[in-house]
Amino acid sequence: MDWEAVIGLEVHVQLNTQSKIFSNAPAQAGQAANQQVSLVDLAMPGVLPVLNKAVIEKAIRLGIALAATINQKNVFARKNYFYPDLPKGYQISQMDLPIIQGGTLSVAIGTLQKTIDITRAHLEEDAGKLLHNNQSGLTGIDLNRAGIPLLEIVSEPDMRSPEEAVAYARTLHKLVTWLDISAGDMEAGNFRMDANVSIRKKNAEKFGTRREIKNLNSFRFLEEAIRYEIAWQINCLEQNKTIEQATVLFDEKAGKTCAMRSKENAHDYRYFPDPDLLPMIISDEQIENVRRAMPKLPDTIKAHFINTYHLSDYDASLLTAQPDIATYFEEVAAISQQSKLAANWINGEFLAYLNKQHIACSETTISAPALAALITKIAEGKLSHKLAKQVFDKMTTSALSVDQIIQQEGLENITDSDEINQWVTEVIANNRSLVQQFLAGKEKTLNALVGQVIKRSSGKANPNQVQNILRKHLAKSAK
Amino acid sequence: MIAMIHATLKTLSSYLANKTLSSVELTQAFLAQIDQFNSTLNAFIAVDYDKTLLEAKVADKRLAKGDFHPLTGIPIAIKDLFCHQGWKTTCCSTMLKNFISPYDAHVVEQCKKTNMVILGHTNMDEFAMGSSNEYSCYGPVKNPWNTDFTPGGSSGGSAASVAARLTPVALGTDTGGSIRQPASFCGITGLKPTYGLISRYGIIAFASSLDQCGPMAKTAEDCALLLNILAGFDERDSTSLARPFEDYTHHLTDSINGLKIGLPQEYFSEGLDPKVSDLIDKALKALTELGAQIVDINLPNTHLSIPAYYVIAPAEASANLARYDGVRFGHRASHYNDLIDLYEKSRAEGFGQEVKQRILIGTYVLSHGYYEAYYLKAQKVRRLIANDFQAAFEKCDVIATPVTPTAAFRLGERQNDPIKMYLSDIYTISVNLAGLPGISLPVGFINKLPIGMQFIGNYFAESRLLNVAHRLQQATNWHNQQPNL
Repeated sequence: MDWEAVIGLEVHVQLNTQSKIFSNAPAQAGQAANQQVSLVDLAMPGVLPVLNKAVIEKAIRLGIALAATINQKNVFARKNYFYPDLPKGYQISQMDLPIIQGGTLSVAIGTLQKTIDITRAHLEEDAGKLLHNNQSGLTGIDLNRAGIPLLEIVSEPDMRSPEEAVAYARTLHKLVTWLDISAGDMEAGNFRMDANVSIRKKNAEKFGTRREIKNLNSFRFLEEAIRYEIAWQINCLEQNKTIEQATVLFDEKAGKTCAMRSKENAHDYRYFPDPDLLPMIISDEQIENVRRAMPKLPDTIKAHFINTYHLSDYDASLLTAQPDIATYFEEVAAISQQSKLAANWINGEFLAYLNKQHIACSETTISAPALAALITKIAEGKLSHKLAKQVFDKMTTSALSVDQIIQQEGLENITDSDEINQWVTEVIANNRSLVQQFLAGKEKTLNALVGQVIKRSSGKANPNQVQNILRKHLAKSAK
Repeated sequence: MIAMIHATLKTLSSYLANKTLSSVELTQAFLAQIDQFNSTLNAFIAVDYDKTLLEAKVADKRLAKGDFHPLTGIPIAIKDLFCHQGWKTTCCSTMLKNFISPYDAHVVEQCKKTNMVILGHTNMDEFAMGSSNEYSCYGPVKNPWNTDFTPGGSSGGSAASVAARLTPVALGTDTGGSIRQPASFCGITGLKPTYGLISRYGIIAFASSLDQCGPMAKTAEDCALLLNILAGFDERDSTSLARPFEDYTHHLTDSINGLKIGLPQEYFSEGLDPKVSDLIDKALKALTELGAQIVDINLPNTHLSIPAYYVIAPAEASANLARYDGVRFGHRASHYNDLIDLYEKSRAEGFGQEVKQRILIGTYVLSHGYYEAYYLKAQKVRRLIANDFQAAFEKCDVIATPVTPTAAFRLGERQNDPIKMYLSDIYTISVNLAGLPGISLPVGFINKLPIGMQFIGNYFAESRLLNVAHRLQQATNWHNQQPNL
């Protein structure tokens, strides 16, 4: 039997605004319990929600990036249910009129490109957290998270495999961090995924009954959970058992999905427009302002890098992981006119140093012109790659320029042919067997000879030059 | 002493300004009244002599400095749903009996900024749901004119306290008539302003799209003076309106010559006690003698207002009262087996019968399969009712109506007939649904019980309403009557 998996994802993205969505409590993570809670977050009698306008711009940015419709009139609704992490007994969300409708996301799955349709994205407030450990047998309630702004992004059920789902999730994750609307820290819960999974016979028109896997916080668990669920559902169907609609959780240790108690499934949320909040009206001007201030999207820049700088797909991908890196690369490439070298150095040494020092590209002390200067030296043959690394290391810890470091450390490449000729002669004289092997046809021994010359130069001789001079001498020897 | 407790705000203000009287003396006079009469009337459910006298002393210091407001040093009573820092704010419900508010409502802040002296919290129907002040965990309020009768509700305590001279002015709230109807039953003046004029921040919510705070006093002029410090934009309430400052006393004495007063046919039909329509006629006559003209108008969707209200208000209330779950504050059951049990027992024990009833209705009309037929439909009907008024205001400047079909009813009379209780809201409810301002003032007595009439204005027409009421009060004497306590 040919089965087809049908997968849709609902992703809750925490927006990186300063304050919460409906209260002025700070929205920064990591504080001790209940330190970032206002009267509004506590749902004290008599308090009222006030919209933090900063969330609007972030939502619009996503809408533009997804080529979605921005609903210029959109409405907040109350989603009613009782739970201790939900102080008001309702969550302020959006129902009939969400801020974003439709849209598409282009996803690379291996070498293929697939367009995933977005159903909608809406604004809502996050709930608090329940703590069960170290609470003397009670359940603790931490409301720091209550009221943090969320953008819930719902995809159409367009994905057909765990790989596609993960690719979509990764692409979306990159997009929201690229757009600077979320910090995207998955361990901190900035990006939480629910997967809707159903199975049907290939070429069937109708969808099968879907089960929803809730609260997946890593791409790895997303993939594992979906894979398990697909196999589980197929197994059921092959045994002619019906699949009941259910909400399931992924047990990470056991690697299985299991249904929550059925009581949780039957929720009538009794949505109605929140009378404490006015409908949000977004003007054309507002949207235009956001559009003008938008960074170019990663795929656009990547294509540009491939076409203009002739970079490989791999290199271009790495350079467009973050907008700062892409901008940095362009500047270095423009000044040095060495796009390939620039790509190698940024994707290699530069990124490694950023990671090691735990700093962002915007915080580096190595300016783009400075890195460009280093690369230029390499291109001009004035510094070997090995020496350039030494110079770079010095640049990471000092404020000296490339020239200053080269001078200070005496690292200037030796390009004086006389000196090199001298060393080459000496090396040939002292390595008769290697020379014989080379002349007999073993090309590889040349490297050893080059190495010896470089050694005599204390690493300062230009390797290409050494090679050329060696070949000339050896050619003479052959005669 | 006697004169003090009957005096209007202007008089008291001038006495305080020229040092004839101190705020402490004035406050003590009202505290003495409360001492003497509150055990009978049960209008106040919380009084703190020390705190209050301290506020009076602070007011006196400010008065001595010479830098004060017309209302500085004047005592005021506030309904027990205005969050008041450091005081129990209970909505007269078992659910909040132990709730000490950590903050002040916007309107309480405004009173404090002016250095008014808060005498205490007045009794009310639990969570503002009721029209007789019989649904209070602290027991009913008695009508000062006849203690066998209700003072009306839900701001029964505030109305009774003004009528009985336990306070010169009071704050109430009005969701379906809860200022205007008790004002009528107690022979005082009460104003519900345009929705959004006064910030709801700190007012414990009943129905978010209907609730409004308003002044309750002996005269329209006093209401105007109080409105001046209550109205105004508050960024903490998203439904609060930003408008240029208006002095609501400015047009009190304007001529009403040529003023068109609309009489809605639907409001003067069967069900209205002929004695009531008679008193209203007399009042209208006094106004026509001042140059006003009567115009017949229609509000054809009037009959839909009660069903619409009793769908919308409970729906909003069912969500607004969900936070009372025994988890963070308020009443929590002493024994429970699990989370659901905690919720069920705490709410069963904490809420009174009427509140539970409305939560059930509200939950029902929002539920899957019923939302379109009830809640959505009711909101559409609401629009029709608002449109009716707009059409009417093409033909008239203000609309005159009864406030209640009868004078006050006996305590206990309607307890087993909630529908009858709801139906008597017919004259006040449309005003809340449309968000319009409405004022209730006394126009006579029936069997020695006061009866009022209502004027309804278009949006932001408070000054005009106060003007009409003031001119009527200049021509009549009902507002100067006092109960024999």
